[in-house]
Amino acid sequence: MTDANPPAPSRIALKGVRKSFGPKHVLRGVDLDVAKGESMVIIGGSGTGKSVTLKCVLGIIEPDAGEILINGARATARNREALLSRFGMLFQGGALFDSMLVWENVAFRMRHGAHRRPRAEAREIAIEKLRRVGLTPETADLFPAELSGGMQKRVGLARAIATDPEIIFFDEPTTGLDPIMAGVINELIRELVTEIGATAMTITHDMTSVRAIADRVAMIHEGEIRWQGAVGELDATEDPYVSQFIHGRAEGPIAAIR
Amino acid sequence: MIVLTSVAAFLAAIGATALGLCRATGALTLFALSGASHIFRPPWYPAEFARQFLRIGYFSLPVVGMTALFTGGALALQIYSGGARFNAESVVPSIVAIGMVRELGPVLGGLMVAGRVSASVAAELGTMRVTEQIDALTTLSTNPMKYLVAPRLLAATIAMPILAFVGDVIGIMGGFLVGVTRLNFAPSAYIRNTEQYLTGDDIVSGLIKAAAFGFIIALMGCYQGYNSGRGAQGVGAATTNAVVSASILILAANYILTEALFSS
Ligand SMILES: Nc1ncnc2c1ncn2[C@@H]1O[C@H](COP(=O)(O)OP(=O)(O)O)[C@@H](O)[C@H]1O
Ligand SMILES: [Mg+2]
Repeated sequence: MTDANPPAPSRIALKGVRKSFGPKHVLRGVDLDVAKGESMVIIGGSGTGKSVTLKCVLGIIEPDAGEILINGARATARNREALLSRFGMLFQGGALFDSMLVWENVAFRMRHGAHRRPRAEAREIAIEKLRRVGLTPETADLFPAELSGGMQKRVGLARAIATDPEIIFFDEPTTGLDPIMAGVINELIRELVTEIGATAMTITHDMTSVRAIADRVAMIHEGEIRWQGAVGELDATEDPYVSQFIHGRAEGPIAAIR
Repeated sequence: MIVLTSVAAFLAAIGATALGLCRATGALTLFALSGASHIFRPPWYPAEFARQFLRIGYFSLPVVGMTALFTGGALALQIYSGGARFNAESVVPSIVAIGMVRELGPVLGGLMVAGRVSASVAAELGTMRVTEQIDALTTLSTNPMKYLVAPRLLAATIAMPILAFVGDVIGIMGGFLVGVTRLNFAPSAYIRNTEQYLTGDDIVSGLIKAAAFGFIIALMGCYQGYNSGRGAQGVGAATTNAVVSASILILAANYILTEALFSS
């Protein structure tokens, strides 16, 4: 069989990625492909290694074994740098710089990166991004510690999208938000993918989010990708693990004590 | 047999400790080289440097000044009572000056600044590590070694000699105040005696020491904070380790530098 139009290599691919912390085997061979312009959502119980998976892609955590490919090439310091230059990430805990004002956080890349912008312009863009995540301009001149958890999360999101990245990682973007704000954020993430054509990897427990954001869904369980498929297949799947997870049942193959 | 195994266990414990020490020394050396090399390679972050310089240098002035003032005064009393035993009370001004400038200014100033700055740098970077702010820098295409570590190393290395110089002046003044008010020295004679015996070499050797101490202070704060363990406990341990290791390294480096500057 010949393919007249071979598919482009995945934007990001993980092959057999393993990572242990001491005796704790967190990732036991994760295989995952994310195509360019695709929105991949990773679901799974808490503590199953979802955040660790994202950090392995970024090189923040060095995997014990396995490969990470960026555009089909093995990840090196150089191509990671290129990846990160058009990149945005929302950390699970926000990871805002607490010594800086909110707008300085959002504008960090514009004030420190290779393509520096004047202060006034950077501030303007920051305020516009804050508005997109539902924050008023008054929040711009506060310190992160003066905001509620949900507001900090949205500032983190504004920082992640501040320079219109091509690749975005969101670690639990709607956790700690009220349902309306969660809806706003879901819509925003979907927009980034559909309109700007960004490649997104999102971690979430929130099934509403999954349905709103995802093109494809992968479920991680016991250090491996237990199931993956298009979001439309999610409800039809007979995989007992997936069905227990998406319906939130206490009984099933996934033990409640972990 | 039992003796043999316990001896083996004892040796193994020593070996493990020695290996651990080697590993830690190696890691620290690599960290220091990497941090120092970023001082010379762009991009630079001058605003960050200025902030650190202010924090490490300017805000340490009261601590260093007070330390020097009281030490200079005490030194004058001690040298007077020692000198009186062989009718050499007149050496007070020169010995106070030499003692302050060559030894006590940089060492005591360094130890005081170590307590202040190593601790706060370790706590700051440790918190940034624990709350993933250091990881966030990486995702924003900013090398944390360049943005966080290099400016602190440079700021402390430059600030410490300036602080030590200020401390020298205040320490000599402390000796002067005690000498004039308590020991019946004529003010002009005290100053003349100080000027006569204090050389440029004394001052320079003290300032070289201070620069080295400044580097050690920032290095230990950055290293411990950067490699902080998880949680509040990790940050607490990093802070303690930073102060203790900086203080011990300052005292060790002081001896080595004194040997080196003494023999030349
Ligand atoms: N730096 C680390 N050191 C030790 N253990 C870690 C570290 N990072 C994560 N872990 C452990 O790995 C497991 C997975 O963590 P994580 O990926 O954050 O889970 P989640 O799927 O909820 O995002 C957890 O049990 C956590 O304790
Ligand atoms: Mg997580």
